[in-house]
Amino acid sequence: MNNELVHIRGLKTYFHTFAGVIKAVDGVDFSLDQGEILGVVGESGCGKSVVGFSIMGLIDAPGRIESGEILFNGVNLPDLDERDMRKVRGKEITMIFQDPMTSLNPLYTIQAQMEEVMKLHSTMNAEERKKRCIELLDDVGISQPASRLKNYPHQFSGGMRQRVIIAIALASNPKLVIADEPTTALDVTIQSQILKLMKRLVREHRTAMMLITHDLAVVSEMTDKIIVMYCGRIVEKGTRDDIINRCRHPYTLGLLGSIPNLAARQKRLNQIPGMVPNIMQLPSGCAFAPRCDYVQEKCRSHRPELLEIEPGHATACYYPVERQL
Amino acid sequence: MPTIIKKNQAFWASEFVHNFRGNSSAIIGSAIIIFFIFVVTLGPSLVRQNPYDIASLELMDAYKPPVWLPGGETKYILGTDGQGRDLLASIVYGTRISLLIGLAAMFCSSLIGATLGLIAGYYGGRWDGVIMRIADVQLSFPSLLIALFLMSAFGNGIDKVLISLTCVGWVVYARTVRGSTLSEKQKEYVQAAQAAGLPNRKIIVRHILPNVLTPLIVVATIQIGTFILIEASLSFLGVGVPITKPSLGLLVKNGFDVLLSGLWWTSVFPGAVIMLIVFGINLLGDFLRDELNPRLR
Repeated sequence: MNNELVHIRGLKTYFHTFAGVIKAVDGVDFSLDQGEILGVVGESGCGKSVVGFSIMGLIDAPGRIESGEILFNGVNLPDLDERDMRKVRGKEITMIFQDPMTSLNPLYTIQAQMEEVMKLHSTMNAEERKKRCIELLDDVGISQPASRLKNYPHQFSGGMRQRVIIAIALASNPKLVIADEPTTALDVTIQSQILKLMKRLVREHRTAMMLITHDLAVVSEMTDKIIVMYCGRIVEKGTRDDIINRCRHPYTLGLLGSIPNLAARQKRLNQIPGMVPNIMQLPSGCAFAPRCDYVQEKCRSHRPELLEIEPGHATACYYPVERQL
Repeated sequence: MPTIIKKNQAFWASEFVHNFRGNSSAIIGSAIIIFFIFVVTLGPSLVRQNPYDIASLELMDAYKPPVWLPGGETKYILGTDGQGRDLLASIVYGTRISLLIGLAAMFCSSLIGATLGLIAGYYGGRWDGVIMRIADVQLSFPSLLIALFLMSAFGNGIDKVLISLTCVGWVVYARTVRGSTLSEKQKEYVQAAQAAGLPNRKIIVRHILPNVLTPLIVVATIQIGTFILIEASLSFLGVGVPITKPSLGLLVKNGFDVLLSGLWWTSVFPGAVIMLIVFGINLLGDFLRDELNPRLR
């Protein structure tokens, strides 16, 4: 049985600015099965959010999807017109945003904001909608949900707002949830609660999820598969185990090395030397070469392709490292 | 019922009301405005003459001075004009026309200006360019000049004054609303609404409009005063309201011809009323601006 939900092939999303073309996403391929959780990891500006927005068809000018396919249940999303795309957004694919403080409209009660999606994408009547709201709020762990329906966003704390946002994202039983840094704005204790909640809910609803984050610690707890992006390209992808325990790309290794280790006493955190290169003046070879500890002559002149090194585990590096943390 | 009482109590206990009570200029401003609302609603039935009814005029009573000056009569408290019209009655009726024009122009131009501002701010790009360049060009001319030009093309009449004022006034609203729309659009709830599949039209009306209403209200309040002033200037220049329905500005003009002959009251009293109304509106407008703009607090 083929239960592949999303298949992205050769996706290129460029931004045409006055200063030149920014290749925010430059040839990305990956697939996602139903009910699977995929982590998309990378530093700021590596194009991971743009992948999410490309799937949603929410790339604003001057950005544009240049080429590539985004197959969702076999339908190529960029081919859909705005009208059909709106039926996918919020119904089949929903999004969870980074900042719970601004992603709810301050002027409406949370019931009104939850029902908005239901009104748009279902034929439920007022009573059913209310029942569903209570159910959803209960699901995301808000106590006495019925009494909180008429509350406004400012009456909730950050963590609770994110719970409400998750409830809204799940309201229409989507096939795919794209979570764009869902826990970045929350404090650490709330983070793990929210992550556990999200994991439980997507498993229960058999919803696939794309978790976009810069935090490898987050994805290592949550995901089935991980892709690591650098400067608009995938540098390594594989199962969670592949990436966390057997990573081969020096960049992934650097990311993993920079997670603080509580068991060992460290004076300084490990870091990746240098900075992300200007995306408009990428090096001619491997984009990571200037910062790479294992760089060789070939890396500076030729760009490595993403190649499978074992089934399901691919890396874009000429000299894949053996893990040595 | 109890929720209504609770909401009422919440309003009276709010910071807004508290600040209002502590702000004497806001209280004076609203007192002036409330007074003039009474004048225009009840005034016509209190004054003893209808200045539009030519049959009721006594030409013999022309240019009577105010009651406290020698020659003044108690039935003409503020004196009379050249046709023997009671100046108080003229002012009451004139205030009605001035305020009506000010309010109506505010509604029309905020409707048009807010719509264009929302479109420009939300869609950006070509729409934004066209709308905002028109606005920029228009702002490089004095608004009175544009209104004057339009009035000389249209001719006299209250409806034409209204059209001219709307053509002049929408710019301020459009710019204000566009600015707020741009900053609201950045917020994630707009992205969230897009991601939920809401059509743009609905996002604008349901999500952005309510959030840009605050600056709109502030600008609208202050603009009423501006509109009243522009209308008064137009009428003073003889291209505003028709002579049969005099507004305050036209009353000033009528008296201006004889001002230097010592018959000062015919133009000073209507002028003072214009000043008082605009003053009251500005006081209240300033309070609203300070109160509703969190950055100024």
